[in-house]
Amino acid sequence: MATSVLPQTGKATSPSAPKRDLVEMNWDPITRIVGSLGIFTKIDFANREVAECYSTSSIFRGYSIFMKGKDPRDAHFITSRICGICGDNHATCAVYAQNMAFGCRPPALGEWMINLGEAAEYMFDHCLYQDNLVGVDFCENMVKETNPGVWQKAQNTSAPNADKHGFKTIADIMTSLNPFTGDFYRETLQMSRLTREMFCLMEGRHVHPSTLYPGGIGTAATIQVFTDFAVRLSKYAEFMKRVLPLHDDLFDFFYEALPGYEKVGQRRILLGCWGSFNDPEYCDYTYKNMGDWGRKMFVTPGVVVDGKLVTNDLVDININMRILLGSSFYDSWANAETFVKKDPLGNAIHRDHPWNQTTIPRPQKRDFAGNYTWVMSPRWLDQRTGDHLALDTGGGPIARLWSTALSGLVETEYLKATGNSVKIRLPKTSLKPEVEFEWKVPQWSNAIERDRARTYFQAYACAAAYHFLDEAIKELYAGRTKTWSEFTVPDEAIGCGFHEAVRGVLSHHVVIRDGKIANYHPYPPTPWNANPRDIYGTPGPYEDAIQNTPIFEENGPDKFKGIDIMRAVRSFDPCLPCGVHMYNGETKMLETRHMPMFGAQGSK
Amino acid sequence: MSFESSSAKQVKPAPPTDVHIVWITAGLGCDGDSVSITAAEQPSIEDVLLGAIPGLPKVHLHNPVLAYEVGDEFMQFYYDAESGKLGPFVLVVEGSIPNEQIKKEGYWAAVGTDPKSGQPITTCEWIDRLAPKSVATIAIGTCATYGGIHAMAGNPTGAMGLADYLGWKWKSAGGLPVVNVPGCPVQPDNFMETVLYLLYQVAGMAPIIPLDEQLRPTWLFGKTVHEGCDRAGYYEQGDFALEYGSPKCLVKLGCWGPVVNCNVTKRGWMRGIGGCPNVGGICIGCTMPGFPDKFMPFMDEPPGGRISTAASGAYGSIIRALRAITNSTVNKEPKWRHPGKELTTGYQVERH
Repeated sequence: MATSVLPQTGKATSPSAPKRDLVEMNWDPITRIVGSLGIFTKIDFANREVAECYSTSSIFRGYSIFMKGKDPRDAHFITSRICGICGDNHATCAVYAQNMAFGCRPPALGEWMINLGEAAEYMFDHCLYQDNLVGVDFCENMVKETNPGVWQKAQNTSAPNADKHGFKTIADIMTSLNPFTGDFYRETLQMSRLTREMFCLMEGRHVHPSTLYPGGIGTAATIQVFTDFAVRLSKYAEFMKRVLPLHDDLFDFFYEALPGYEKVGQRRILLGCWGSFNDPEYCDYTYKNMGDWGRKMFVTPGVVVDGKLVTNDLVDININMRILLGSSFYDSWANAETFVKKDPLGNAIHRDHPWNQTTIPRPQKRDFAGNYTWVMSPRWLDQRTGDHLALDTGGGPIARLWSTALSGLVETEYLKATGNSVKIRLPKTSLKPEVEFEWKVPQWSNAIERDRARTYFQAYACAAAYHFLDEAIKELYAGRTKTWSEFTVPDEAIGCGFHEAVRGVLSHHVVIRDGKIANYHPYPPTPWNANPRDIYGTPGPYEDAIQNTPIFEENGPDKFKGIDIMRAVRSFDPCLPCGVHMYNGETKMLETRHMPMFGAQGSK
Repeated sequence: MSFESSSAKQVKPAPPTDVHIVWITAGLGCDGDSVSITAAEQPSIEDVLLGAIPGLPKVHLHNPVLAYEVGDEFMQFYYDAESGKLGPFVLVVEGSIPNEQIKKEGYWAAVGTDPKSGQPITTCEWIDRLAPKSVATIAIGTCATYGGIHAMAGNPTGAMGLADYLGWKWKSAGGLPVVNVPGCPVQPDNFMETVLYLLYQVAGMAPIIPLDEQLRPTWLFGKTVHEGCDRAGYYEQGDFALEYGSPKCLVKLGCWGPVVNCNVTKRGWMRGIGGCPNVGGICIGCTMPGFPDKFMPFMDEPPGGRISTAASGAYGSIIRALRAITNSTVNKEPKWRHPGKELTTGYQVERH
């Protein structure tokens, strides 16, 4: 990378490879995401595709280092600060790990209230991200700049679901998505506030909650708090009855307007979901029973490979996690202590498992042929093949819906997983009748389907919240108003929490010794998605999805905005504070002719 | 790091028609403050940008989380601010400032790429380039104000607050010290109101922003959590929660409200909803310069709290007992409110 920013015309670096005209295009920072991400690519304009992609993150903070020796009860307060948009997912996941380590189980009402808070978070975060951040990539201003032909077509294409959302043409939808001036953009911003109010009703403040504790939640369970939540939930349900058909129209239009668009951001179906929303009837937070209560979650955990469910057992998911160093700015912990040799069921725990990881930062120059990011490479070992799979989360929703659909376990009054789809029922609201939506397993894991799944999951979270509300109120009416259970902190213990952050898999692993934190490693979605090439040379999912993405943008290299690449990256809902550092250099275009073997494909 | 203020004694120039807000989120942070301001409604970000507030200059926001532009197009605003091409701007810094001097090479925090070296440009360098040229520089959130979570004991990055980095006596081109709006994350309206105040000031409509010794706006941080807490009445009556989930005063469960400068209990989190102890969350002091270390372990009773809660426990229980008697009296209607043929209100027909 050090040389790549200098114009070097016509220099071939390797005589053996066939010559391709590649132009380096870098974007640093990627905006409209959370955190600092850079994307560095080489584009083959002649063949209209991205030849190479490197992703880099430019921030290191060191949570695993400064948490050592701290009181284990503080873990959720501290780890919430990892992320500024889904901090509460971290706090919740930390509480799950604390509950396991401390051997405590919250009262049912406490668990339902935590579920309500988390449901509100999904409703908020996807809402803001989908239409205030991602949506801008599909707005009138952007489409006019990148694909005037598509804008032309959008003006002449009527929206199939116009009766449901009120926009006559696809162009009307695009105009409404213009930042700040677009009506739908502003309405979404308002809905993101309403849903945050719902969150604050349960968790006190946003985005770092104040009412979560190991053992449950401190929110006083009153009739009022549920009334206030319910009236807002109904408004959101009504909103979703318009928004979901709107997004279907918009995304279907892209397939139609740009044949082949399914290839944008496409990669092999390698999805991970760690499950969300515990069922207090089954979840006892013991490791021993984790496989069973994991399958009772209201979003089913699972690993989906090539469209097939490999496992939905959280123990299986846990013991096969591996953290590989790859091309990141860290030293190996080969000589550091192994904290956990066996799990409580007697399964061997690998040295490269989060329980045994020791974080040793080594700041250094960025070198795309060597180390280029602060993100390590988490992988999941597929015992069937011995492959270290670079699972992605697809930004969260696509993996959650896929995993839930295939397992076919979730069934409430409002949700049903069928084996190949998920049915979502939203009850009657002020002006709209009851509606049932069905998310069907798509053909591809690509940018459009990741984005589409997001809007379906907004409806899913809403439908799930109706159930949690019913259950919480039942507890309240029955006089079971306790929301928190007492616990003591053991001298020695281990714990793990599995959850879904808004943008995908989240795990927290803790080791307690002498009543203090001896080791703590959170693994949020972004390290899974935004990691660099690992020790085997396998690129991380962003890199993988962007490489071979075709270019549909009408602009040539001189005015190139990289919109198809942006849509591919943003479909993953990048959230770099969680630990992704993609290197997307700058939009500066370099007239560099390189061989395709830029850097080392299998670096290190 | 000191910057000589020149504008303070000058003749008042005409207020600018356009003001830019240049935002650096690349401190050691989580972007939680940027996300937080999208929740603000008093004023909202669209109120400010769309010109809904009379008297304000036209405001242009350049924040990475919300920007339409990407990569170099976005970075151009930073370069233009540096060269003076952009015009008057308020700089907002989010995230703690790492110490880049404690290691041989590489970077802890950076944004954008140096076109010459191909290496990332550190956040510290951007602060050095931009802060001295700003009309005002605001540190948003506790990381940027005082270091916060990432400056916790044992941290590897040497993180600190912006005023630690620039100097507590440092002044912007507009003659202001760093303006600190702490909170982890910042309370949405607290920040937007501070911006609004500074814009009024730039427009010549408000006097210099009043700041306390910790450089916080006095009207936002002059009171304690406890002074605004809707559970403070329980404290007065010596009635303390002994388990989480209780509606009573949380001091014995780890709440630091009585000694923490923050208005969240008065203002709530948004539209008056939420607000830590009001809802059932202990105050962990997240707005304070001493956060987090001086408040840990968070779930233990603050050491200083024992004496005061013992005292309020003693007199509070007597007051509570007496109030219970009065409360029972005022819970009964006066005896003359009844049906029947007889009027017992004491009314007498006047006879003349």
